[in-house]
Amino acid sequence: MKKNWPILVVDDEDVMCESMAAWLSEDGYRVDTAPNGQQAVELARASDYAICFVDLKMPGGMDGIETMMEIHRVRPDASIIIITAYATVDTAIQAMKEGAQEYIVKPCNPQEISMLVSRILKLKKLQSENAILRKKLTRQYRHHDVITKNPRMGEILALTQEVASLRSTVLIRGESGTGKELIARAVHFSGNRAEKPFIAVSCAALTETLLESELFGYEKGSFTGAMAQAKGKFELADGGTIFLDEIGDISPKLQADLLRVLQERRFYRVGGTQEVEVDVRVIAATNRNLAEEVQQGRFREDLFYRLNVIEIRLPPLRERREDIPLLAEHFVQRISSELGKDVNGISTEALKLLIAYDWPGNVRELENVIERAIVTCHNGMLDEQDFSWLQRAGSQPQSWEVPDVPLGELERRAIVAALERKHGNVKEASTALGIDRSTLYDKLKRYEISH
Amino acid sequence: MNDLCLVPIGSVPGKALDWIENATAEWFPLPIRRMPALAIPESAYDSKRKQYQSVEMMKLLAQSAPRDAARVLGIVDVDLAIPMLSFLFGQAQFDGPIAVVSLCRLHQEFYGLPAQENLLRERTVKEVLHELGHTFGLVHCSEPTCAMSLATHIELVDSKAERYCERCGMQLVQRFSREG
Repeated sequence: MKKNWPILVVDDEDVMCESMAAWLSEDGYRVDTAPNGQQAVELARASDYAICFVDLKMPGGMDGIETMMEIHRVRPDASIIIITAYATVDTAIQAMKEGAQEYIVKPCNPQEISMLVSRILKLKKLQSENAILRKKLTRQYRHHDVITKNPRMGEILALTQEVASLRSTVLIRGESGTGKELIARAVHFSGNRAEKPFIAVSCAALTETLLESELFGYEKGSFTGAMAQAKGKFELADGGTIFLDEIGDISPKLQADLLRVLQERRFYRVGGTQEVEVDVRVIAATNRNLAEEVQQGRFREDLFYRLNVIEIRLPPLRERREDIPLLAEHFVQRISSELGKDVNGISTEALKLLIAYDWPGNVRELENVIERAIVTCHNGMLDEQDFSWLQRAGSQPQSWEVPDVPLGELERRAIVAALERKHGNVKEASTALGIDRSTLYDKLKRYEISH
Repeated sequence: MNDLCLVPIGSVPGKALDWIENATAEWFPLPIRRMPALAIPESAYDSKRKQYQSVEMMKLLAQSAPRDAARVLGIVDVDLAIPMLSFLFGQAQFDGPIAVVSLCRLHQEFYGLPAQENLLRERTVKEVLHELGHTFGLVHCSEPTCAMSLATHIELVDSKAERYCERCGMQLVQRFSREG
């Protein structure tokens, strides 16, 4: 049931209300009906209707336009569709002026109304996604949103507060998926630069030339395709923070350019002759051991010391296993609400499985795993079965073995598998199992098979 | 388990009832009972629109259905509509016992084309599976080839298959195993 998008039909004719409600409920919508404007407004006070179909002419009391205006007073976001039996330009114009989203003449083609409903609901879905994303943005960057009870992470959080308002460069080390950017944002948004831009650049994603123009910008005509002057990330981050992710991957030339910016806070745009001065705090991150890269001659020692003024080393998830249940619960709540799924928690057995796993992709992998489980989950609770593939992913392929279970259980499993293969067609499933249909129905009842 | 009653309303080709019986037997674990034909109620005819009100057909089926019927499927060969919509291929009580399917717009002749019996059979089966699916709580499916996808014109009926998709099929099985 598409319960998030209830619909109201307002018409004085019972047959109109009943038949529209029946037709829309086949599409999975919850539909309420009202025989007049007063009752419609009462219902709208209690339910947040996405769409209200309102008949223009209703004898006695409020007409369609008045009803629409009253509904809008209590539910400004409801989309009103005015229905009329006669197309007159005047009433159409009046209805639209007063705030109707659409105006339709009955009887209309089923396709017309089906497309209209899905178009309005698509827009509402985008609006609600937008609201979620906005909420997510403000929530995600607040310092206390880093979820942990691990003592080492606690020390790191305290350090980010201490250094938040300094200008010193920060180097964050940690494996992929440990939350390096989240910590960088925590530093930026806790300090006095919070109102200024935070610009993140992944240095590994671009080639040397592209990264150079991305970071420092370019002058018009400095290369083919440079049609106009463009600002680089350093200029865009002026007054704020630039986050250089995967810093260990940059070329020797860019290492030299970056060193110059850190020392002099000035640089040239690509193809430029005039120096640009900026006030930018640099936070760099890497999953490599930069000290070792320096020893091997792959990373400039002077740049390393310039970057490594404040060092933060983020532990991998396997070294903070006590955080796994907290993070998992947090992801379940957040993702199930974003996806509109009714999943409320994780079973103890499933949590044991998550705690035992080594998480080479760290918190990001945990987040993805929870999302995948929620998408395929059919109950209100994630259990071991929802993560069974996680175990399989870590183990060697095995030959098929008959499990040590009662014979009835084997039969039950064979029936479920056959039904799945045959898309629920009982006739085909019974043929595949070599039994007749009535026997299969008996067994379905006996084993209370549910998918 | 109670019966699935097939009820012709007005004149309906006998072949169509055979097709419907075979298709329903394949998907639903209910004994199928063919009922004697009912007359089309005069109140159903809308002379302005030259169509028949589907709601009246549903009422008729509800009144005349045997008490032990699990589902009652009415079949008509006249054009159905509701006040809001210009036509309907069929209608069902969502998660309820009554459904009706119209063959009228499933005939090629309705579109000025020569009759094609096999095409009529396919379309009939698809619409019967669709409306009965609603009576068992299935909503419209986003998979265009599934019998439960919404068809608002005949080309969309033709692009469906004479079967439910995996998800809808499993939902039905689940329902039957729960209800016994």
